[in-house]
Amino acid sequence: MSWAALLGLAAASYAFKALGPVFAGRRAIGPGLRAVLDVVAVPLLAALIVVQTLDGGERIVLDARVPALGVAALLLWRRAPLVVVVLAAAATAAFLRALA
Amino acid sequence: MVGVVGAGGGALAALAPALLLAARNAVYGFALVPVLRGGRARRALEAQLVIDESTAMARAREDPRAAHRAFLATGLSVFVCWNAGTLAGALAGGGLGDPRSLGLDAMFPAAFLVLLAPQLRRPGAPVAAVAGALIALVLLPFSPAGLPIIAAVLGVVPALATLRRRAAIERHA
Repeated sequence: MSWAALLGLAAASYAFKALGPVFAGRRAIGPGLRAVLDVVAVPLLAALIVVQTLDGGERIVLDARVPALGVAALLLWRRAPLVVVVLAAAATAAFLRALA
Repeated sequence: MVGVVGAGGGALAALAPALLLAARNAVYGFALVPVLRGGRARRALEAQLVIDESTAMARAREDPRAAHRAFLATGLSVFVCWNAGTLAGALAGGGLGDPRSLGLDAMFPAAFLVLLAPQLRRPGAPVAAVAGALIALVLLPFSPAGLPIIAAVLGVVPALATLRRRAAIERHA
């Protein structure tokens, strides 16, 4: 990988980020467009959770992350704060892996 | 992205997955349009902080000022921690042990679940979330890193149908 390609990738990755903020940034947003912008990140975040829980390198792997996410969902439902949910998920996965 | 590049392989082989990983930030950039403030220069500067974590933290809040503060705080934290972590990892190598044995890999989906939950109250959001998760699940076994997540943007299509139906009902009411 050459420095030119690396710099090109850096420029492209910044361009992706700046597209919305720079070009759609200052226009008045109507209620219809606003409703779309309010949900457009939602399917990506849901997909991110799926990938981070099940990814095994181009295949689906069911491991300690799955029950850890289950514990997280349960605590979220019980209105536990973010820190508690995240630490409980880590502890669940660590405990199950220590048993294995 | 640099990880894919550093792992070796030709420029072309590295470029495609790296661009796929970066492309999702374009969607996040648009999702953050209602949150960002100030003129074009300030927006262009702050756009560097657009990433999974800063988008999730910002859009989990309804108040625009709180959302913008969360975006900046999270974006800066991720930037600093990522670079410090990369340096520490490069210096320490494998000496830190397996992060999986501490359950660190399970922390991320748990955190994103907490940040996604409040967003599901918005019209169309539950449909979008289920559709996005299904798209990722179907693509995960077949596609390179990054594709299942950027492809999940199509999950807004069934959500748009929901939004349109609601708008029609409101017009008739």
